[in-house]
Amino acid sequence: MVSPPLATIRCCSASGCRSAGGEALQHALEKAAAGCPEGVAPRIKPVGCLRLCGRGPLVAVDGADGLSRLYGGMPPEQAEALVHANPGPLEPHAIDAAQPFFALQRPVVLEHCGLVDPESIDDAIALGTYAQLRRVLEECSPEQVREQVKRSGLRGRGGAGYPTGLKWDTVALQPPGPRYVVCNADEGDPGAFMDRSVLESDPHRLIEGLAIAAYAVGAHQGYVYVRAEYPLAIERLRLALKQARAKGFLGPKVAGTSFDLRLEVRVGAGAYVCGEETALLASIQGQRGTPRPRPPFPAQHGLWDAPTLINNVETLSAIPAILREGGDWYAAMGTATSKGTKVFALSGAVRRTGLVEVPMGTPMRTVVELMGGGTPDGSPVKAVQTGGPSGGCIPAPLLDTPVDYESLLALGSMMGSGGMVVMGETTSMPEVARHFMRFSRNESCGKCIPCRAGTVQLEQLLDLFVERRAVPGDMARLEELCTMVRCTSLCGLGQAAPNPVLSTLRHFRGEYEAACREPAICEPHTACRMPAAEGVSP
Amino acid sequence: MSVLTLKVDGRDVAVPEGATILQAVRAAGASVPMLCHLDGLTPVGACRLCLVEIGGSPRLQPACTTPASEGMEVCTTSEQLQQFRRMAVELFFAEGNHVCAFCVANGNCELQSVAVEVGMDHSRFPYQYPARHVDASHPQFAIDHHRCILCTRCVRVCDEIEGAHVWDVANRGSHCTIVAGLDQPWGEVEACTSCGKCVDVCPTGAIFRKADTTGEKDPHRERPELLRTAREQHRWLNQGGAS
Repeated sequence: MVSPPLATIRCCSASGCRSAGGEALQHALEKAAAGCPEGVAPRIKPVGCLRLCGRGPLVAVDGADGLSRLYGGMPPEQAEALVHANPGPLEPHAIDAAQPFFALQRPVVLEHCGLVDPESIDDAIALGTYAQLRRVLEECSPEQVREQVKRSGLRGRGGAGYPTGLKWDTVALQPPGPRYVVCNADEGDPGAFMDRSVLESDPHRLIEGLAIAAYAVGAHQGYVYVRAEYPLAIERLRLALKQARAKGFLGPKVAGTSFDLRLEVRVGAGAYVCGEETALLASIQGQRGTPRPRPPFPAQHGLWDAPTLINNVETLSAIPAILREGGDWYAAMGTATSKGTKVFALSGAVRRTGLVEVPMGTPMRTVVELMGGGTPDGSPVKAVQTGGPSGGCIPAPLLDTPVDYESLLALGSMMGSGGMVVMGETTSMPEVARHFMRFSRNESCGKCIPCRAGTVQLEQLLDLFVERRAVPGDMARLEELCTMVRCTSLCGLGQAAPNPVLSTLRHFRGEYEAACREPAICEPHTACRMPAAEGVSP
Repeated sequence: MSVLTLKVDGRDVAVPEGATILQAVRAAGASVPMLCHLDGLTPVGACRLCLVEIGGSPRLQPACTTPASEGMEVCTTSEQLQQFRRMAVELFFAEGNHVCAFCVANGNCELQSVAVEVGMDHSRFPYQYPARHVDASHPQFAIDHHRCILCTRCVRVCDEIEGAHVWDVANRGSHCTIVAGLDQPWGEVEACTSCGKCVDVCPTGAIFRKADTTGEKDPHRERPELLRTAREQHRWLNQGGAS
């Protein structure tokens, strides 16, 4: 008689669960499993993010019966119960895996996240990683690869949404000579942790995507620029690169073909602005991380003046699936202009916080209220902030908006990298605006005057509203300076810095008006109005 | 050499391929205010005063760094541009400690001239009165950080023309500051050749000769261009055929 397959206990080892005590739980599980009699001991497998970060540490038990059960908030003392599948003590920790939070997810980028052991290349290969790299190198021309990416309609997931295939073409079609590929893993928006989760959960997937990108544009050298604040991601990425070199997926003769590729990690030094592509390139070159005017664009003049392809982690991690299933498969998901799926980091005043991957075009209400479960105390949601310090707040009545690049822009916010911060009724919008302005002021590189000095003045103006010391003329002053900083700053950081103010002014103007010292006479008051304030469109 | 034709404020101009919008603006006999750009140094597009409108583009572009292109329609003055320029100058005045009355560069200060040019008679933004310092450790020169507008001309001239790279920028945002050597007193930086080019290119009274007092600064801001032309084209600017 064949004995039933052993159960596997997948234990989340990403940062979120680690900070909730995931490591201690994993050790306890390993100890408990070691004490089991031969043949019935479950396999304890460290895996990446199991999504519902707010309930960490999370474990998933894959039973011998083929069913998976998810448990959250497990103390190490319950390790014995888990190992022996003792249902009694586990009951309070059980998480319904059929609930909308999981059921409505459409994992593409995250398809192996939570299944694969991030520190094992053999496990990644067993799940199909590197198969597309091998196939592409053996069977496809770079043009064919780019064709599939163009067909997929994939757009940059770093925030701006530039068509990925077009970018690849632009780099590939530059005059012959050296070129570089760069993965932007400098995820700095407050409330965004998608890229970190991918790096910590499935680093080989990113390496495969980056290697395919390098082949498609003809690059033989690449860099992954990771922020220093992600130590675990850096550790796992470095290990993954080492393993990939040892297995022949990087270095000379990749996968036995004539293509060679060197990949290196570059660690940031704590500057948000280095997520801006020209600043990132300067930083890789060992220079001060400040942006420079574009044009020329990095696709033409990037690293050491050579054509350089820069893509974000999530963008590159979608590539292997696109090549496996075909561009048309990917393009079938999403909306007319925003294809595929998007990973969001759901946090703030929401019952279920964590990582969700949904098709583009999913209404924000579905994500926040159905999947996220609304606010913890059941009170109404006031607004959802997307796009971090470059984005804006979407008010609750507009939550039925489908999430795609254009719709969010039309509402005065932006897709951004994918942070979604839910705000409850008691949130003060001028305070939210000041919070983000403070962030931008603190992270301004100081190169251009509107961002360097404008954010200082904007923060002080917002102080007046938060402290209810504003006078009616301050509204015009605020709007005028926002417009100036948006229109005249050198890089995207400065240009987008006023967005949190402008979007809250647009949707929650009453809160600013109420903060003025004389709300009863909140009308043009010549004494405190700036002479040039007329004729400025907000 | 191929030539580009474009329009600046409605006037047709022709410039060599590779020229910037700034060159086209000059070819049209027009001008834009500038504080960070200086002929002879690599443009950085940081002061945002030379921003111009380009027909068909929603974004303002700095004239000093943006390449001119065929058929481009450039507008150097619009109500909005004038308003933005005035605000930028106000921000410059509000972020430092600029007191013309006893400044060494009074009457020969580009910040002062630009303020007059854009009609900035006072700043509507509250002055920040930052706590900055003066470094007078160099035997001949001194740097008064209160008057620094972070144009980085000194950084560029020392690196690109003198080849000493004494100056650089430290910190970020409103805490940015020009540092000598490895953030040392200027007088202790052995790399400094005491050539005085940083004094000449400084648009304000931030870097000056100790021998000069109020209103006495007499800088030669044409020096980088003069030296670059001499080195690269083996001629002096006043010897005919000057571009």
